[in-house]
This record gives sequence, structure tokens and C-alpha cells, in this order.
Amino acid sequence: MEKFTSLTGIAAPMPLVNIDTDMIIPKQFLKTIKRSGLGVNLFDEMRYDNDGKEIPDFVLNQPAYRNAEILVAGDNFGCGSSREHAPWALLDFGIRCVISTSFADIFYNNCFKNGILPIVLPQDQVEILMEDARKGENARIAIDLESQIVTSADGQEFRFEVDPFKKHCLLNGLDDIGLTLEKVSAIDAFEGQAAQARPWV
Amino acid sequence: MAKTLYDKIWDAHVVHEDSDGTCLLYIDRHLVHEVTSPQAFEGLRMTGRTVRAPDKTIAVPDHNVPTTDGRDNPDQMPEDSRIQVAALDTNAKEFGIHYYPVSDVRQGIVHIVGPEQGWTLPGMTVVCGDSHTATHGAFGALAHGIGTSEVEHVLATQTLIQQKSKNMKVEITGSLPPGVTAKDITLSVIGATGTAGGTGYVIEYCGQAIRELSMEGRMTVCNMAIEGGARAGLIAPDEKTFAYVQGRPHAPKGAQWDAALAWWKTLHSDDDAHWDKVITLRGEDIAPVVTWGTSPEDVLPITANVPDPASFTGGKVDAARRALDYMGLTAGQKLTDIEIDTVFIGSCTNGRIEDLRAAADILKGHKIRVKRAMVVPGSGLVRAQAEEEGLAQIFIDAGFEWRLAGCSMCLAMNPDQLSPGERCAATSNRNFEGRQGRGGRTHLMSPAMAAAAAITGRLTDVREMMAQPA
Repeated sequence: MEKFTSLTGIAAPMPLVNIDTDMIIPKQFLKTIKRSGLGVNLFDEMRYDNDGKEIPDFVLNQPAYRNAEILVAGDNFGCGSSREHAPWALLDFGIRCVISTSFADIFYNNCFKNGILPIVLPQDQVEILMEDARKGENARIAIDLESQIVTSADGQEFRFEVDPFKKHCLLNGLDDIGLTLEKVSAIDAFEGQAAQARPWV
Repeated sequence: MAKTLYDKIWDAHVVHEDSDGTCLLYIDRHLVHEVTSPQAFEGLRMTGRTVRAPDKTIAVPDHNVPTTDGRDNPDQMPEDSRIQVAALDTNAKEFGIHYYPVSDVRQGIVHIVGPEQGWTLPGMTVVCGDSHTATHGAFGALAHGIGTSEVEHVLATQTLIQQKSKNMKVEITGSLPPGVTAKDITLSVIGATGTAGGTGYVIEYCGQAIRELSMEGRMTVCNMAIEGGARAGLIAPDEKTFAYVQGRPHAPKGAQWDAALAWWKTLHSDDDAHWDKVITLRGEDIAPVVTWGTSPEDVLPITANVPDPASFTGGKVDAARRALDYMGLTAGQKLTDIEIDTVFIGSCTNGRIEDLRAAADILKGHKIRVKRAMVVPGSGLVRAQAEEEGLAQIFIDAGFEWRLAGCSMCLAMNPDQLSPGERCAATSNRNFEGRQGRGGRTHLMSPAMAAAAAITGRLTDVREMMAQPA
């Protein structure tokens, strides 16, 4: 997994609430057996018409946002299906950070497994960043994971919370399976005890 | 210290706890399907790892599989679907995990197969790379969906790295009126709390109306806990649970059954347990409901009218405007005036035998007045039972297509899809834009309500069609 330490970039505004993972990557693209190559179909049904042509109004089709690395989104981003294809598609497009007032649980966890930082901030702060995002190339948002600070285009600093373990893995690009396997003796011991206590499992 | 049911199951599965509260949680059952697992198995191969507990890992193809006759022939599937199902065949064989292939009568939707085969038991931790894993919470199991990276983590270590969620109690007091079902409960709860109302929580559903539900009804309720944003939904096991489980192929037997039962009977929240959030609905107040918009929180009683977007606040105003546009509806329109093209009965929410009985009960002796209607049983065994009970014939006589088991039009990964603008009364769980096919319009409801809509060709209050008591 690629590390995430800090990022300064253009943010795309997506104020719609309840953007679900079916919107982020529709089911016809889940038939892949790979993780890569999904960026072109990110937000497919919002981004392309029935003939596969770009819909010019859609934010990521606008010249200012084609290289966006941050999304500022409405409440409850990533709800619905557990498909990890959603963060894979975001990452493949180039998005490394999503900022919202709230995220759905499974999507939130999936982001951290893929080097994407989801940031939860209060409504008023998200609105300030949403205004920055609307300015396109005329505004840059800065994110620093180590200090847990988002800086708006005019220098306002907003501190965000992140679970220490998730932060550690993201800062160092760590494979958490490898970390868990360091605790294999604890797993062995648990299995031994569980086999006595609940042999039917 | 007093504990909730969630606390008890959690505590029984902690392998290791870090100083910051991050826990390694042991997983008792890992269910696997073809869509969210290929990259995980590939990850194992690339790192030279293997499946730690193949005996606790159960795989079944369900999302892609066609539901039409002759599907044993893989050529019936589009190339990409065929490759994905073939990958699961290969992975199941290579890693030695339990497997129900398409040709097996026990094949079906993973969340229907698990309970049916007795893999799901009270007090277990159950995960699957699928958000509707919440279904298994009906047994008093801690069950939730995970992403593909976590699927790989569970395959390799039989554990998950977890932070504990908060406890939320959803109590449904009293009894449900006639015509009101488990689906109406679960949709009404989401309507009350919103799709993010459960974010950060594990929900325990309790109260008289929950106790009065059958195990299948409880599965319907827990299935949609995820639509309310919760990590998981739980119902404390009771005599109904034990009766459902006993005798199933993978349920414990003999002395192990007795030992299991003794532990299962301790699995309930203590009277003075702490709840971080409590929601109470009166069972008597719940009506048959439908969704009008493109989020499962867009729920109203069937007797209501399409809402005015201006009646909402914040970001929901624009979302409702967009939803009415997408759904082709006008504010103020009566829900019962909405005409339906298609009816879909099935899914892990409502594809069990009682769901088919409820729909057939309404349909008996009627013909459909929609362009097409299909029943997709949740498993091969549900299908066989419905045929034995004569339900299949009722559906066929009414004009329904009688399909083979799978996820089908719930997410439309197989050929069962809506066309743009096609309006569907569905017993599934999501009404998102494009969910059942690009441009398709979905109204969620109970099986009985879907059957009523099939007969009249519009959204209908099933209570008007129910036999009057003598």
C-alpha cells in the first residue's frame, strides 16, 4: 500500500448527500478479478451518458477537476455495498483523500486499506472546504496526516480525528496482514482455548 | 459489570487488545462469494500465504449466476461473469474450503445458505465480503460485511483488526397490525433514523414485536441494519432460534448441542446494560410502507403522498429533488397512483420460504397486471420447498417467471436487469440510482405488498386485498 503523509491539491466538490458505492462504481464493473483499471469508470452513470460520452456538467469532467486529488462530499459518503472496488476506483482516478461530515462504516475502513485518507469534519468546516473546492484551480486544500490538520485555501486550520493504528499504517504504508501474523501465537492460543470452551464452532 | 449482547459476543472473541483499544477479533465463520474474493485469494498466492481455517470458510457463487434454466452450462454466462465464477471454483478447490457450486441444490444467496445449512449459530462472529452479512445477526451472531482487503486478512489470519462500536437499542413494542411485516419494521426504523443513524453502532433489535417474529422475519430485520448505517444488527437468541438451528446439517449434535445451548441461553443483554442510543417504535403504529426515492430512508406508509423536497432540510432538499427527478414522480402525488412495470420477489432480504408464502397468499387466483414479474428463490432448497408446497404453481398461474436461485435483480449483476425508466416493485434492500439497472426505478416493499402491486399494476395497500376475517 502506498503511504499517505501529506497532500496539497485541488478538491472536487460533491455536495450531494448519501453518495453510495453503487454510484461510485456501478455493479457491471465488479466483474473484474483485478484491483486496477477502475478509474475510468469512477462515478460511471453520473459521468457518462447512455452512449458513453462524457456529461460536461459532471464535476470530474470539468477541466478544473480532472486532476483533483481530494473530494469534498455530502453527508454519509460511501453508504451501501461493501465493494472495495469503490476505493480502488477513487485511487485509480487519483483521489487520495475524501472529506465529509460522515462516512459509511465499511467504506471508511476500506479506504485505509488502500492508502486513501477519509476525513470527518463538522458541517461548518466542510462547508468552508466545499467553497474552496468550488473555486477549482484557484484554491488548494492541504492535508497533513501526522499533525491531523486540514488547511483551507485561506489558511484556516481544522484538526481531525483518526484512529492511531489506522494512522500508523497509513503513514508507513503497512500491510496489516503482516502485522497480525506477528501475533500468530496469540491466535494459536485463542484457538486452543476456544476449542475447549466452544467445541461446536 | 452489566453487558449487552454485543459486549458478550465481542468479549468472547478478543484475541489481543492493544493499549489504544484496537482489538484482534477471532472470526468463527467466513462466508465467501465470487465478486469480492478473487483479489483476496490472489493476494494469498502472491504472498505465499494460505487459508488459516478452511473448515470455517464457506463459499458459494450467487451475485453473477444466471437464474434461468440450463445455467450449468457456463457458456450461458457473459465471459467476465464466467471467469469470476470459475475463479471461485478454482479457489475453493485449491484452498480446500466448503463449497456449494451452481450445480448443487443447496446453492443460493450466501446469506440464505449460511443459516439454512446451520453454519450460522448464536454467539458466533460471522463475516463476508458483502454488506448484507448483517442478516446473520438474527441468530444473536455478531455479523457484518467487510471489504476485499479484510477478506484476505480473515482468510490469512482468521481474525479482523477492529475497534468496538457503540451499543444502540431499537425496541419495537406491542404487536404488528395485520398486513404489516418484518420488512415494514426494518424500513420504518431506517425511515426514522436515516441511513446514517446507525453509523458507529451495533444495533440490538428487541421488544415484543421482534420476539413475535419468526426466524425468517428476524433475518429480514437484521439484513437491513446496514441500510441504517450500523455495523451490525443483532437479536438475542430464544427458543425460536434454538428450534430453527437444531437438526441443521452443521449445527452441533448430542453432548455438544447441550453445551452450546447452555451458553446460548446466556446470550442476552443484562437488564441494567448501558445503551449509547435508544430508539423505540410502537408496533401498532407501523403501517405497510414503500420507498419513494433513491435512498432506503425515503420511506412512507403506502397511504401517504410523494413528499415535497422543500419539506426537508439541509442537503436532503437537493437529494430529494434529484430523487423525484430520477424516479419520475411529482410532489403531492398519491403513492397508490404510481404505476408499476415490473415486480421482483427475492433477495437475501426477502427470498426465503415464508416470503414466498406471503406473496403467494395474496396472488392466489389472480393474474398479474404488470409487464413482467419474477420470483427468484433465495436458494435451491427454498425453490424445491416452494414447488412441493404448490407455491410455484400459484406464481406461474399468476404470470410470474419462476427462476433459479441467486441475487438476481437485487443488484442486477447477472442478466436480470431493469431498462432505463422501468419501474419496479422490489422486495430487495436498495433503491439507489441504477441499482437494478441503469435508469431503473425501484420501490422497496414487503413480499405481500409486491404481490399486491403485481395484481393491480400500481403501488397498492395490501390490507385492501387481504381476506376479511369471517
